Amino acid sequence: MLISLRQICKVYHMEEVDVPALQEVSTDIAAGEFVAIMGHSGSGKSTLLNLLGCLDRPDSGTYLLDGHEVDRLDSDALAGIRNRKIGFVFQNFNLLPRTTALENVELPLYYGAKLSSAERHERARALLIRLGLKDRLGHHPGQLSGGQQQRVAIARALVNQPPLILADEPTGNLDSRSADDIMALFQELNREGITIVMVTHEPDIARFAKRVIQMKDGKIV
Amino acid sequence: MTGIITLKIAMRALIRNKARSLLTALGIIIGIAAVIAVVAVGQGASVTMRSQINSMGNNLLLIFPGSQKTGGFHGGAGTQQTLTAEDGEAILRECPFVQAMTPLVRTGAQCIYRENDWGTSVQGVDVSYQEVRGWDVASGSFFTDSDVRSASRVCVIGKTVAEQLFQGEDPVNQSIRIKNMPFRVMGVMTSKGSAAWGQDQDDTIIAPWTTVRRVLQNSAFNNVNQLMFSLVSMDILPQAKEEISQILRQRHRLNVSTDNDFTLTDMTEVTKMITQVSSLMTMLLTIIASISLVVGGIGIMNIMLVAVSERTREIGLRLAIGARRRDILMQFLAEAVALSGAGGLMGIALGVSVANIIARINHWPVMVSPGAVLIALTFSAGVGIFFGFYPAWRAARLNPIESLRRE
Repeated sequence: MLISLRQICKVYHMEEVDVPALQEVSTDIAAGEFVAIMGHSGSGKSTLLNLLGCLDRPDSGTYLLDGHEVDRLDSDALAGIRNRKIGFVFQNFNLLPRTTALENVELPLYYGAKLSSAERHERARALLIRLGLKDRLGHHPGQLSGGQQQRVAIARALVNQPPLILADEPTGNLDSRSADDIMALFQELNREGITIVMVTHEPDIARFAKRVIQMKDGKIV
Repeated sequence: MTGIITLKIAMRALIRNKARSLLTALGIIIGIAAVIAVVAVGQGASVTMRSQINSMGNNLLLIFPGSQKTGGFHGGAGTQQTLTAEDGEAILRECPFVQAMTPLVRTGAQCIYRENDWGTSVQGVDVSYQEVRGWDVASGSFFTDSDVRSASRVCVIGKTVAEQLFQGEDPVNQSIRIKNMPFRVMGVMTSKGSAAWGQDQDDTIIAPWTTVRRVLQNSAFNNVNQLMFSLVSMDILPQAKEEISQILRQRHRLNVSTDNDFTLTDMTEVTKMITQVSSLMTMLLTIIASISLVVGGIGIMNIMLVAVSERTREIGLRLAIGARRRDILMQFLAEAVALSGAGGLMGIALGVSVANIIARINHWPVMVSPGAVLIALTFSAGVGIFFGFYPAWRAARLNPIESLRRE
């Protein structure tokens, strides 16, 4: 199993009121799966994704990622896990403004493996070319279309060759044609063995996944 | 991440906001420039003043005739005519601390060479004047002891006089007229430049004191305007003054209740005063400059806080893709240090140019010490670390999930 969740609980404390976001969630995701997490807003799907992405820690329960018990790790170790094991794709792309596509893709390489700047360039360049952005290497995000920006973001997620990609509404800001392109790209990456977990509320998008996890009131239905 | 890469990324972030970075660094630029310029100018000024004082002579001690007291009337220094060349010779003989001595008689005179004429001062001195003042002949020779004994009409002239009277001709062995009497020019002195009070020391004619006294002043007496001594060392100055006073009081037959009829003057008081004043000024201006550095540092802190809040999403993203908290801390700290360090470098450049301009206007040597530059650079980097730490710490403490959600 790539991901193994056991009795995960998470409660948000908001002004004297405790809001339970996840209640005893247990599930497994095998390597090579393509999972869509669906649910209404407030169903806990974003909280679940943040936990999967090691951006947050559960209040109780255990989380095994690729064999590591990550709920016990300190924040530096979690940063290392995020860097090596996980690639993030966001709804609003989160590319650095006034920074070239190439530099945006290189970003995760600064925090992980010790690479020379030539190796960094080469890796980022190869990925962007593969994702069809050969002519856009030196462009800033502002000079790219939404679909192109999301491709740059995906290249950034892939640059450290992680086994897992976490996507939070990756097509939320895209027109339907770009959205279909991005989904096709995800399917292609998935065929190559990368595990993809994607949060979405659009059934059309969820259809691209091999499995759908429905969430409601902090529980998997 | 290595330090060099961190710094490179920081520089890139600063270049992205050129105008803002420059304006933020301006406080540091001005502060550092002020420190460098003030220290350089202060050191240049005090070196100049000290060298001017040294140009007066070697371990110089001067004796002037004292003030005259007749009944209730108290005249100024030099009103008495009691100091003689013999006093000087006696002191030279009896006081072991004295290395050389010359009497000095001063008069003003109009000098003529062919159609050129020039009004200047004539100093009557002994041969040892060269040693006492540490002043050599540039061309020709100085007059001799026998010239002094026989009151010969010979002289050596300062560079300014040589230029004014001879205008490029070689003055050596020419004849000039001083107060309408012919004098042979034996040599030209090296240039001494201006004295501490601005007087041109090269605008003078030097002749045997006997000649000045007998020929130019037409007097048979040996009283002089001044006795100049060169002491063995400045360390024995108090003893030397005491002993010389005793010798003079004996020679002038002054009883215990009578004041000295002479005045001893040395340069240590003047040197001390100049040093004190210049170091006080340097300190004062350095304090003002330091205040501007602190203000500059607060400017950096302010703009870094703005940057952290503007770039919250970027921080969230960096945390998500694997940056540790200390990476974020180092990134923003590096930006603050790069900002203040670049400001420091520009400030040093500005300060050195300002110091050069001021030095050129005042004809001082430029005294930009490498120590001051190093301290300025360290200080500006320190300002960056000190004032950049709080914003960087705030950045490193951000929650990645909330930061990513921020618009």
